[in-house]
Amino acid sequence: MLWACILLPQLALDGVLRRHATPDEPLVLVDGPVQRRVLRAVNTAAKTAGLRAGMPLATAQAICARFAAVEHDPAETTRWHDFLAAWAYRYGAQVSRQMPAALLIEVEASFRLFGPWPRMEAMLREDLAALGFRHRIALAPNPWAARALAGVHDGLAITHEAPLKQALGQLPVERAGLPSEAAGSLRRMGLRRLAQVYALPRAALGRRVGTDTLDQLDRLDGTLATPLTLYQPPDHFESRIEFNYEVGATGQLLFPLRRMTGDLAAYLAGRDGGVQRFVLRLEHDRGAATDIPIGLLAPERDAAMLFELARGRLDLVQLAAPVRALQLIARELPPFVPAGRDLFDVRPQQAVPWEQLRERLRARLGDDAVHGLAVHADHRPERAWRDHGDSVAAPPLSRPGWLLAQPVPLRDREMRILAGPERIESGWWDGDVRRDYYVVETAAGQRAWAFCPAGERGGFMLHGWFA
Amino acid sequence: MSNVVALDHLFDARRLWRGQPQARAPSRQPTGFALLDAALPGGGWPEGALSEVLLPLDGIGELTLLWPTLARLTRAGGLVALVAPPYLPFPAAWAHAGVQLDRLQVVRAEPRDVPWATEQCLRSAACAAVLCWPQQPDDRTLRRLQLAAETGQCLGLAMRPASAAAHASPAALRLALETNPARLRVLKCRGGNPPARPLPWPLPAGMSTTSSPGSLFAAVPDRA
Repeated sequence: MLWACILLPQLALDGVLRRHATPDEPLVLVDGPVQRRVLRAVNTAAKTAGLRAGMPLATAQAICARFAAVEHDPAETTRWHDFLAAWAYRYGAQVSRQMPAALLIEVEASFRLFGPWPRMEAMLREDLAALGFRHRIALAPNPWAARALAGVHDGLAITHEAPLKQALGQLPVERAGLPSEAAGSLRRMGLRRLAQVYALPRAALGRRVGTDTLDQLDRLDGTLATPLTLYQPPDHFESRIEFNYEVGATGQLLFPLRRMTGDLAAYLAGRDGGVQRFVLRLEHDRGAATDIPIGLLAPERDAAMLFELARGRLDLVQLAAPVRALQLIARELPPFVPAGRDLFDVRPQQAVPWEQLRERLRARLGDDAVHGLAVHADHRPERAWRDHGDSVAAPPLSRPGWLLAQPVPLRDREMRILAGPERIESGWWDGDVRRDYYVVETAAGQRAWAFCPAGERGGFMLHGWFA
Repeated sequence: MSNVVALDHLFDARRLWRGQPQARAPSRQPTGFALLDAALPGGGWPEGALSEVLLPLDGIGELTLLWPTLARLTRAGGLVALVAPPYLPFPAAWAHAGVQLDRLQVVRAEPRDVPWATEQCLRSAACAAVLCWPQQPDDRTLRRLQLAAETGQCLGLAMRPASAAAHASPAALRLALETNPARLRVLKCRGGNPPARPLPWPLPAGMSTTSSPGSLFAAVPDRA
């Protein structure tokens, strides 16, 4: 087995930045008690301005006049960790998020699908860069070694025991994931590198630093196998963005919405599923939240398409109150079946398949705006059609191409009757119809399908056009 | 006169040129009426372009004109979208005309959304033909539709009132159906002069007959 460790050194900050409208301006994460606020993390712009993590907030304010301070939220960080685990799940069946700010993926089993490690590593990096998370990646035959090596190296790939031994030997003692007191005491003994520690007699070392440290040393070189708790993807998706200001126009929600639909698409790709129905929930300060349900006819997972659909629905919404938070909830995640495309299908640019076009039309025009046509077995013209389903064979009768939704009186003194009457008498059980239908030609030259009550010959009602 | 040379050789040696340099390939979108095909320069509907059918009234044969084309397209598996038709297409009659109902989609739209929906359908290349009934489209709208039909390589058919004949249009083909007497007039066809005389209506059905002028031209081997 080969384990890849993705270390996320700035998980909390990246999680905030990727949702921030202006990530290039100075921004810091603060936490700690109200009397003593401390900078927890700073972004590049803030670092350039001279701010450092660990600095008290008051000092920071003295150094730099304008920067955004965001409250550090451990729950939020956990959510991002979960989200990334869901993303990583597409690259391997065994994913663990047990270690803080790190993801471990068993990748050797996936090489046949994604190609050798360099290619797979490039894919991982590309995805993470697109999602907006800084990262360090290392590959090792066991997860503990991968984690320890990712702390020191970026892009190191070790596939065999001998080079692993050598690389571990070079590792500084305090970076090996040993208990901190043990690492400190080893250092005081003059041991800098792990190679020196491994060279010591084991029993004597155990007495000095305790079994915990011995276990960790054994885990690193793979002699002790400790199972990891593996990640189980949830079967629904939820994402929430809280604004620290009031949003009064739906246009301002588009940026966070694009991120959310992108995250949803990443999550769906990870579980090889699609989404057929999701809800956008706009939370207000007062009053009930506004729910915008977005339904699709078939499961989809394309990020751009999901964004476009959600945006189409959002544009129609009149905001009753300013929005404080935006939430995307997808509970039904059916399997996704990609549409088959012909290899030799030469199609113009901007081409979209019909399914996507239909969703786009429905998003703007309404859910029932697009429908098919089918012949239904009924004598009454109003009921002789359906907007979905399979057709029965059409009876060989003369029927007009256009049917009026509601019959209207036909006032034409000079019309000629071309054919008829055809008696249609049916439906005593629901909506009785007794009519004599005629094909008539109006003075203007139109051919109409008109009826009058059975047995009479006057008071013609227009019901269709033979166009 | 001993030296009889076949016309083909002269063409091959480029010693003889045709007056009309580009002999057009027969259109892949025949209308289904031999007489109309012969009257049109492309031998059928202009491909990947917008065509207009101008109608003074409803119910004077617009569907009779279009059904053969729609039947051919839907049988070949193409999708036909009707954007905002003025009435309900009565399935029994459409099926009777040979249109595959499962390849027919109706898009209901408010008048202000009709140009948008039509443009989306035309541009998407998902449809083989798009029929629309735009309400009072301005010149810009029609130009957009024409461009969308070109982009999507889709047969666009717009039904418009006869009063629109007075205004210019970017459509590649404009047909006008008239009543009293019933006849079909070609107002504009890109790539040729419209025939001076109107065609009789209803047109005799049938793809092509030996006596039709279209087949006469087709008998001459084409040279690109």
